[in-house]
Amino acid sequence: MAKVFIYPINSLILSDLVERFGHKPLSMMNQIREKVTSISLDSPPINITSEDPKMGLKYAAIEVPPGVRGRMSLIGPLIEETEAAIIVENPPTNFGCVGCDRTNELTKYLVRSKDVPILEVKYPESEEEARDFVNKIAEFLESLPKEKSEEDEKAKEEKTAEMEDKK
Amino acid sequence: MSAEDSGLVKIALVSCGSEYSGVQPEFDEAAAKVNAKFVYPEIDVASIDTIGKDFGLEVASGDLRLMMARAKAVAEGIANVDGVFITTCFRCAEGAIVRNEVRRYIHRHAKIPVISYSFTESTTAGTLLTRLEALTTVVRRRHLLAREVQKGLTAGIDSGSTTTKAVIMKDNKIIGKGWVPTTKVLESAEEAYSQALKEAGVSREEVQALGTTGYGRFLIGDHFKAQLVQEEITVNSKGAVYLADRQRGPATVIDIGGMDNKAISVEDGIPGMFTMGGICAGASGRFFEMISKRLGVDITELGDLAVKGMHKNVSMNSYCIVFGTQSLVNSLAKGASPEDVAAAACHSVVEQIYEQQLQEVDVKEPLILVGGSSLIAGVPKALGELLKINVLVPENSHLIGAVGAALLASGYVEE
Repeated sequence: MAKVFIYPINSLILSDLVERFGHKPLSMMNQIREKVTSISLDSPPINITSEDPKMGLKYAAIEVPPGVRGRMSLIGPLIEETEAAIIVENPPTNFGCVGCDRTNELTKYLVRSKDVPILEVKYPESEEEARDFVNKIAEFLESLPKEKSEEDEKAKEEKTAEMEDKK
Repeated sequence: MSAEDSGLVKIALVSCGSEYSGVQPEFDEAAAKVNAKFVYPEIDVASIDTIGKDFGLEVASGDLRLMMARAKAVAEGIANVDGVFITTCFRCAEGAIVRNEVRRYIHRHAKIPVISYSFTESTTAGTLLTRLEALTTVVRRRHLLAREVQKGLTAGIDSGSTTTKAVIMKDNKIIGKGWVPTTKVLESAEEAYSQALKEAGVSREEVQALGTTGYGRFLIGDHFKAQLVQEEITVNSKGAVYLADRQRGPATVIDIGGMDNKAISVEDGIPGMFTMGGICAGASGRFFEMISKRLGVDITELGDLAVKGMHKNVSMNSYCIVFGTQSLVNSLAKGASPEDVAAAACHSVVEQIYEQQLQEVDVKEPLILVGGSSLIAGVPKALGELLKINVLVPENSHLIGAVGAALLASGYVEE
């Protein structure tokens, strides 16, 4: 199972597709669910406080508007976990949209900067393109490892332990 | 507050995602304090993909397109609201373009008050309170704002950040004035009020109604049991057109206060669009105080000095009060004359008001300049030169808030 970053980050269709192929979608919905179910905070509607844009400083400098940094405080940690990514270009709003194009630019840049398999596809305009669109995504998801090899898992565990020791 | 006054005001929040910036609770808190509620005009989600072409402004961000779609819903009356609050992130160019155009669009197509603001993650409810108070006042108290003549014996106190002013008015005339630097809010108000009462030759008991405004309005309003406690946008608009005798028709009011400044577009004495500065003290009376101190002159002498000088001889940009002071020190070290420095300071302040605030307000003549800084002769001169229009400074322009409060308070005098 791979952790697959999806763009648009709140696309229900992409998230569902990733899950159907046995992988874990990295989506905005999970991040917001975590925020709104947090009992220690009360900052409606999605529990983002003035501290969150500060966390976003890890991904964007202080001169970047708070709306971008606030969004990046949710999206950034997902990019860090990313093992594969699907980027859909030119999607309509109802396919998924986080509302801010500066955030979109930064998100795509950070994902592309990672050394992970990425599928970039254009949003379909016709039925034929739609079939092709789904097939490409399916093919990409099938190419990702279903189970992590034991060696990979062991190497990752060792790396995590090493980092813990350093701390 | 009467029952009519206290009705819930519905304000359409047209924003590009303030919920992601951690400021939404601050917005809601400020609205609750003025008994208002933010509502979100409903739109068809598919229209977000086409609104750019419909509106004529094609931008990439979905939430900015959502703002345009919501503005359209307000203008077409689909959303039943009393006012509109338009807000985007500070420092976002795309957001600033949309914010300004959406504000103009609503102003043109809907006869409801609209304000705009750019927020940071540090924006607090307190910062927004004055703006929302002004917005809700225009909705609720149009009858009060229609008052053009002061009646009875009333008083007004303006508790400003730097000075506290008080006036006593009787039958449409100012009969007593008080003016003291603000130290302790209540004590300064007491002193200014006592000065005004003494000059007027009346006792507190005789005063039929009292209004308070300025930063300390709530505290002193409570202390003096004021009939009217009102923010300075509304009060100063009313005071400015009253003092300048321009109560009917359009006007633009610029108030350069001790800590911030305001630019207000007024129609028949009622504020329409307005902006409040205050992020940097470089464009306020505080900057003039520092300049006077460094030049070794009293602030009352700075204006006459500035009128004799040439601003072009000194390079000064008071975008930041610290950098402005650095420019001042450097130019004096290079041998600049105090007259040129004073003129440059006046030019720098009005230039900053022009660049940061007048861009958001339609400047319509007459332009009425008020606030303590209007008494510095170099300021109206510099503003007139910059805007190429005649600047009106009414008599008692520094008492604007107190006069406006006394005038509006007379609405509470029983006939």
